[in-house]
Amino acid sequence: MELIQQMLSGEKRACARLITSVENNPEEAEKILRKIYKFTGNASIIGITGPPGAGKSTLTDKIVKSLVGEGKKVGIIAVDPTSPYSGGSILGDRIRMQDLALNPKVFIRSMGTRGQLGGLSKYTKNALKILDAAGYDYIIIETVGVGQSEVDIVKAADTIVMVMVPGLGDDIQSIKAGIMEIGDIFAINKSDLFGADRTATEVNMMLDLAASVERRPPVVKVTASKNEGIDELVTEIKKHIDYLKDSGKLEERRRSNMELEITELIEYELKKIVISNITSENKLKSEVDKVINKEKNMYEVRDEFLKTIKE
Amino acid sequence: MRPIRVLVAKPGLDGHDRGAKVIARALRDAGMEVIYTGLRQTPEQIVAAAVQEDVDVVGLSILSGAHNYLFPRVAELMKEQGAGDVLIIGGGVIPDEDIPGLKEAGVSEIFTPGTTTTEMIEFIKGNLKRDI
Amino acid sequence: MYNEEEFSRLKRSRENWEETVLNKSLNKAPESKTEFKTGSGTTVNRLYTPEDTTDVDYETEIGYPGQYPFTRGYQPTMYRGKTWTMRMYAGFATAEESNERYKYLVSQGSTGLSVAFDLPTQIGYDSDHALAQGEVGKVGVAIDSLKDMEILFDGIPLDKVSTSMTINAPASVLLAMYIAVAEKQGVSADKLRGTIQNDILKEYIARGTYIFPTDPSMRLITNIFEYCSKEVPKWNTISISGYHIREAGSTAAQEVGFTLADGISYVEAAINAGLDVDTFAPRLSFFFNAHNDLLEEVAKYRAARRLWAKIMKNRFKAKNEKSMMLKFHTQTAGSTLTAQQPDNNIIRVAMQALAAVLGGTQSLHTNSRDEALALPTTDSVTIALRTQQILANETGVTNTVDPLAGSYYIEAKTKEIEEKAMEYINKIDELGGAARAIDLGYIQKEISDSAYKYQMEIESKDRIVVGVNKYQVEEEAPKGLLRVDPIVGEMQKKKIEDVKAVRNSEAVKEKLEALRTACKGTENVMPFILSAVKEYATLGEICGVMREVFGEYEQAVLL
Repeated sequence: MELIQQMLSGEKRACARLITSVENNPEEAEKILRKIYKFTGNASIIGITGPPGAGKSTLTDKIVKSLVGEGKKVGIIAVDPTSPYSGGSILGDRIRMQDLALNPKVFIRSMGTRGQLGGLSKYTKNALKILDAAGYDYIIIETVGVGQSEVDIVKAADTIVMVMVPGLGDDIQSIKAGIMEIGDIFAINKSDLFGADRTATEVNMMLDLAASVERRPPVVKVTASKNEGIDELVTEIKKHIDYLKDSGKLEERRRSNMELEITELIEYELKKIVISNITSENKLKSEVDKVINKEKNMYEVRDEFLKTIKE
Repeated sequence: MRPIRVLVAKPGLDGHDRGAKVIARALRDAGMEVIYTGLRQTPEQIVAAAVQEDVDVVGLSILSGAHNYLFPRVAELMKEQGAGDVLIIGGGVIPDEDIPGLKEAGVSEIFTPGTTTTEMIEFIKGNLKRDI
Repeated sequence: MYNEEEFSRLKRSRENWEETVLNKSLNKAPESKTEFKTGSGTTVNRLYTPEDTTDVDYETEIGYPGQYPFTRGYQPTMYRGKTWTMRMYAGFATAEESNERYKYLVSQGSTGLSVAFDLPTQIGYDSDHALAQGEVGKVGVAIDSLKDMEILFDGIPLDKVSTSMTINAPASVLLAMYIAVAEKQGVSADKLRGTIQNDILKEYIARGTYIFPTDPSMRLITNIFEYCSKEVPKWNTISISGYHIREAGSTAAQEVGFTLADGISYVEAAINAGLDVDTFAPRLSFFFNAHNDLLEEVAKYRAARRLWAKIMKNRFKAKNEKSMMLKFHTQTAGSTLTAQQPDNNIIRVAMQALAAVLGGTQSLHTNSRDEALALPTTDSVTIALRTQQILANETGVTNTVDPLAGSYYIEAKTKEIEEKAMEYINKIDELGGAARAIDLGYIQKEISDSAYKYQMEIESKDRIVVGVNKYQVEEEAPKGLLRVDPIVGEMQKKKIEDVKAVRNSEAVKEKLEALRTACKGTENVMPFILSAVKEYATLGEICGVMREVFGEYEQAVLL
């Protein structure tokens, strides 16, 4: 495939088209990913998440500028929610990253959640692999931390930055249970605002109570709009990446992610086989009739189906 | 079938984004994925975004009168970047007599004041240059 | 206004009317719609009666013109003393061509100048900047250095005219240039009359020609307040603008609420900078839109006047009555003009202008019929100006003050708009003030929601726009539109080169460095800008220094 060659040689248009393919077409995705898999695994993946209005895009913009300043290539996947009514979405994260658009070392891609249950994380992971193979040193996934599917996306990251902001009500409470736990680094953005110290204190207290002894996530105060605290945050990100590598956790994480991914792939194929088997020739319908009429119970039906599939 | 992806951009310096925002919402409500880039975009920025986002459509809105320079420039750069299969449309305060020149330069349609969002959506759906 | 007995008598008589006269009529001929709405989408009842204004006390809520709460006008005799200033916004291409248009307008009876700048000027870029390509001279005149400003006002005595400049982010620079030109004409700064728009918050909200982030922008504004209170005392230092908020699609109540919330922020910023409220508040002025719904618009202006008076008195404890008076300029709504059957726009503009006059405006710009197509031609501008002259001289609406006061409908709507506007102000206070509400995208989101609703109503024909979704005709493309020659960009570049070749570049460098130091510190930057301007430092150079020190604003969009 010509596009893959072009992508590997750094062409952005080819990279963009491949992302479209893996995002939309499972068969295409498989063909592409089979070919490029051997080129993946080199990028450090950073997840940036937090409540709406926390300034994640501006923060991403500043982090990227800092990394690019060191000569690194950075890919960004910015995820915004899809409207459940129309299936459309407005993806506006680029607004905050305008002057990165032309940087040859930066690639920005916006994605809608498109509402597929659990499916989103798969498409995002596919897109990540393309950027990884295209030679981006860092890949940032930016998403609102409000729903389970967003949490799943961000779990694909090696390092997760939770962005908090003072004054958005009781924001710590408003973040869904289970999301706070995934943060590797906490950034208190808009630290020039009244209430920033309180928010920082609250986060620190919570971390003191909850975090494991092994590594307590650091809390960094930043004001992204004024470029304050960014260096410190980037340092913490790198420290975390080093920590993952040195402690063997990175390998551990990637192994478990790969286990999960292979399991999911198998599950997906198995489900397809099972579904096509039971839905063919109205087999399921006639079995359901029997169960309803108490001629059989549902466990008998299950065993019969599985038996034919196993054979 | 995947959603149609549209880049809605405001080239040039004019800050009137009422129309661009209304259109962005209408396209979303028609099931499209709209990438909105905000104000003060240079043609180079718009094209870079269109390429990276791999959009099917680029929609340009301008009210300052700078369309004769900015629209053709976007179309030209799109071709240069190998993205000639992207549908380019434009709108704003644009005199009728400028429209033929803009079309020749590669802008497929110009929507002037009074166009409904429905007409625009129909046009997009009927004139895509790529399979979706 | 009524005692309980009178009130129940009124109620009985209304009910009696409904049962007998009204119902009989409705049975025979039902109304054309189940619900009637204003242009802003608020409900309009079939009939307004004294019952709808029982809580509007005449003395405290309506009162007398020239007296708190100024509902009926800021001045006791209104147009019987002097009609409004007919101020036509104009400017295009080069300073030379704009200068000609100004001289023409003055010769035709225009009583104030209003300068439109091109977008690069408004955003602080010189005409030779990469981002200025294609934009030079398009929506207004291009000003790069004092040289252009000298040409712009050549032959116009600055002690005789009052000049309004639609300039915001770089307002300090253009004001400095104006002061410098006047000085060259031998006119001292204390004689200058006019207005700079200088309203950055609405740029973030709706108009988009911002440069710097919120904090330094607010500092520049208060620096101007302070400087002018001493050096240019007759100058209106800000025109707090609802016009663009409405153009962006807001409702009438949002226009009032968001504009006054911006006003509150400026007053707070100035007070925090150590200024006494009564030293600067009398120089604050406002700028509103005149939209299609005539009676709603009249109520809007009255509501704005009353609400601002209350805010200044109660919230800011102003002592001087002049601090409580809301004076305003009006422009007819550009967004209501149609490209279809453009002559119809003359009628729209006339109705909108009437609303502004009935609402007691201090100055007025009437749009030209061809503005949905291009910049207005001289002929169209003349008709627009004549519209105002007909209103002032022929219609008789100027003969008495606030002629619609006491109308049950007008008073009820005035109160309703005041209350709704106050709700928005309260919400913005809760969010931490206008700047913060803008940063969160709240105000922009409210406006774009209204704009979207408006557009959908047009598309579903719940809202009729003549010539657009009803009464359409086949039309030929209009001819004779004004076009700005693309060569203007090249001419401006040449002028910049010439200016740079003859000026004292050492002095320019020195003044720019002094400005940089001042920006980094806490001093008032106005004197530094003025001395840089006098050495022919360009607008782009001056704003460039400020960009380096202050940084640039990043847009907040919620859709």
